[in-house]
Amino acid sequence: MTYLRLFWEFFKTGLFAVGGGMATLPFLKNIGLATGWYSQTDLMNMLAVSESTPGPIGINMATYVGFTVAGIPGAVIATVGEVTPSIIVILIVAAMLAKFRDSKLVSNALYGLRPASTGLIAAACIDVVLQVLLRASSSTVSGSIMKAFSLVGSLNWRGLVLAAVLLVLTNWVKPTKKWHPIVFIGLSAVVGVAFRFGGV
Amino acid sequence: MNEYLDLFGTFAKVGVMTFGGGMAMLPILQREVVEDRHWATEEELMDYYAIGQCTPGIIAVNTATFIGQKRKGTIGGIVATLGIVFPSLVIISILASLITNFSSVAWVQNAFAGIQVCVCVLIFNAVVKLLKKSVIDKRTFAIFLLVMVGSALLNLSPVWFVLLAALAGIVLKNLEGGAMK
Repeated sequence: MTYLRLFWEFFKTGLFAVGGGMATLPFLKNIGLATGWYSQTDLMNMLAVSESTPGPIGINMATYVGFTVAGIPGAVIATVGEVTPSIIVILIVAAMLAKFRDSKLVSNALYGLRPASTGLIAAACIDVVLQVLLRASSSTVSGSIMKAFSLVGSLNWRGLVLAAVLLVLTNWVKPTKKWHPIVFIGLSAVVGVAFRFGGV
Repeated sequence: MNEYLDLFGTFAKVGVMTFGGGMAMLPILQREVVEDRHWATEEELMDYYAIGQCTPGIIAVNTATFIGQKRKGTIGGIVATLGIVFPSLVIISILASLITNFSSVAWVQNAFAGIQVCVCVLIFNAVVKLLKKSVIDKRTFAIFLLVMVGSALLNLSPVWFVLLAALAGIVLKNLEGGAMK
C-alpha cells in the first residue's frame, strides 16, 4: 500500500511541478506534511545532500525521499513515479514536433523560441553567478512580480579568482580548451578542498 | 540492442557528471551529445530546453526523453530517461544507507563550493555557444535581451516567456513575408 501511495504522490509531483527540480520542493513539503513520512528538517537535509551529489537535483530528491520512506524499492518507485508524467508528455510533444517541424508556423515559432531559450538559460546563469560569486540572494517583493536582490556576505574573492582562471583555460588556452568539462569540475573540487572554499 | 545500451550508457554518464540542476547538465550535454556523438544539434538542444521548462517534470529528464525519442523512438526516450536517473538511484541509496551526515562533512562542503564556481563558468560558456546559434539578427537579439532581463528581474514563470517568444517569432516572420511581397 505504501508503494502505491508513494508512486501516486510522486506521479502527481511530476505532473504538476513545472520548471525543473526546485519546482518539486513545495510538493515534497506537502507530501511530508500529509503523510508524516518525514519532517521538514529531514527534507532540508535531503535537499543539502541532493545538491552536493552527482545527478540532477530533482531526481536526487525523489530518490532520497523514496529511500527514506521505503528503502531501495521506495527509491525506485518514487523516481519512476516522478518521471512517468514527463515521459508521456514529452513523447507526445516530440512526436508532434517531428511531424510539424517542416511547417512554416512551427519553424517561425522556433525562430522566436530559440533566442528566448538562450535568454532563460542566461538568466539562470546570472542567478548562479550572483549567488555563488557575489553572494547575493534574490527574493520576491511582496505584492508585485519584481524580484529584489540583497547582498548576504562579502564577495567570494577566492571563487572569483578561480572563475577567472577557469574562464581563460576553457576559452583561450589551446591545450586545455578541448578538455572535457568534468576535468574542470574535478580540478575545481580539488581547489575547493585545498583552499577551503566552503569556509570549513 | 547496442544502440539502446549506448543511449543508456551515455545518459548515465551525463547523470554522473551533472552537479546541480538541469542547467548544470547543459555543458555536459553539449559535449557528449552534440559535439562527440552528433545525436542532436545546438538548435535542437535549445528547443528541448525551452519546451522542457514549460512542460511538467524535471528539465534534465525532459531533455533526456527528447533526445532518446529522436534517436530510437518511444523506447529510446524511456531508455535515455532511465539512464539519466540510474546514477542518482545508486549514489543516493548508498549515501542514505551509509552516511547520514554526508553534506555536513567539511571536505564535501569545500569541494562542492569549488564545483559551484566551475558550474558558473561552464554555464556561461554554454550560453555563449547557444548565443552564436540563436541570435542571428537584430530581432533575435532583442528577444534574447528582453527574455534575459525579464526573467532575471521578474518573478514570472518561464512558460510566459516561451509562449510570447514563439508568438513573436510567428508575427515577425509574417511581417517580413508581407514586406517582401
